[in-house]
Amino acid sequence: MAENIVIIGAGQAGIQAVESLRKEGFTGPITMVGDEAYPPYQRPPLSKAYLLGAFERARLFLKADNYYAEAGCELILNTSAKAIHRAERMVELNDGRKLAYDKLLLATGARVRKLRCPGADLPGVHYLKTIADVDGLQAVFQAGKRIAIVGGGYIGLEVAAVGAKRGLDVTVFEAMDRLMARAVSPVLSDFYAREHEKAGVKLKLNTGVEGFEGNGKVERVIAGGKAYDADIVLVGIGVIPCQELAQDAGLACTDGIVVDQNARTADPHIWAAGDCTRHTGREGQEIRLECVQNAIDQAKHAALSMTDKHKTYSEVPWFWSDQYDLKLQIAGLARPTDTLVLRGDPATRKFAVFHLRDGKVAAVEAVNAAPEYMIGKKLVAEGKAVAAETLADLSIPMKQMA
Amino acid sequence: MKYKVTYIEDSGKAHTVELAEGWSLMEGAVKHLIPGIDADCGGACACATCQVYIAPEWQAKLPPKSEMEETMLDFAPDVKPTSRLSCQLRMEAELDGIVLNLPKSQH
Repeated sequence: MAENIVIIGAGQAGIQAVESLRKEGFTGPITMVGDEAYPPYQRPPLSKAYLLGAFERARLFLKADNYYAEAGCELILNTSAKAIHRAERMVELNDGRKLAYDKLLLATGARVRKLRCPGADLPGVHYLKTIADVDGLQAVFQAGKRIAIVGGGYIGLEVAAVGAKRGLDVTVFEAMDRLMARAVSPVLSDFYAREHEKAGVKLKLNTGVEGFEGNGKVERVIAGGKAYDADIVLVGIGVIPCQELAQDAGLACTDGIVVDQNARTADPHIWAAGDCTRHTGREGQEIRLECVQNAIDQAKHAALSMTDKHKTYSEVPWFWSDQYDLKLQIAGLARPTDTLVLRGDPATRKFAVFHLRDGKVAAVEAVNAAPEYMIGKKLVAEGKAVAAETLADLSIPMKQMA
Repeated sequence: MKYKVTYIEDSGKAHTVELAEGWSLMEGAVKHLIPGIDADCGGACACATCQVYIAPEWQAKLPPKSEMEETMLDFAPDVKPTSRLSCQLRMEAELDGIVLNLPKSQH
């Protein structure tokens, strides 16, 4: 009998694995289990076009409904996995069902980090991760409403941009001294702060939120010792990898399910891919990535490995964020010790920051600057050295540096 | 309204499907399981993995390339003068019956 594969998690990594397994010639049965009501869908538009109302729900789904039958993939939705019984090679679902597997892929993703401060459970405090989350937020996301956004990261700022566009009164609370501090360099933080302020967004930096107050629903945010009136609160303070299933089964987890560069866990029958994993990155450091690129590429490598074709995962991570008419594209992972080179003038709303490490291009952050991003990504992949003066010189086209 | 679009794989295999007005030509391929378009970023013009070739007679009916599309395309593999990023093209009455040729690979 052909061996069978079970995939826990029906997100970007899970569906990529199904597609790649079939592409790599795997012909056995595949079962994919997801805890949401929907088949795999794209999350990036949730905080952008979908929240804005410019993207209908049907467009979010990664595959047509008939894909699953044609691909021979049984989709079990609204169901989570309760336990992995490794000795029996069986997954127990929360509805009592038991799925035997020959090979198992954990693509459980991540869930939002929740605030624990007083009032955090009041109605009106929203998070954004799923279609259901956005639909809940949509219902109250109306012009004139005051929205307090906790966290000045990608999610918070994308919602701030959509809110400003939709005519909401937007205030962003950020505990750090600059926006997107975990993701971008200070030049970009400052640039984005000015853009948001120009759009009418109020920024409260160095301002941690201490709690929420209200009668039956949230009415005020307490931050930095002051009270701010708010009709809606949106919290975007990061995610936590969904690793409990692996952990309870005795698999190594350290802020993510530990996998090697073939997406394998220490159990020869279990792989993991996407936001839920921690792996050794291309630069040799242990990392956990939260992005579409990692979900896609790691799932592809898992599929290769599951079909006995091992290839080391060493793709350059890339990220993007849409805020207003600004497209931010990042390739590579920056470090605080990198030498920064600015190319172009932020005042033109088109510029890039290159990160040099030992003279080599290690990362690039590009705003409305596709050549800088695309060539920069190539330079990062090749570990190519380019002089800072060359990178900074707009009269030298990026193509000449490739 | 729905309109017809034909995708031709590099192998010559053709697929004609219907696509709703306003949806992108990239989505038409992805949702109808037509191989040859990866669209890793889902249509954000951030990855250049949805390249298609469009015959000159249809080119005239397409909106011009944005600067972003133009520059992203510069770095896609096997780019030709007839290349476009299909995520940036929306279905409309004018494009009913359009034919798109798919490249061998998007990477």
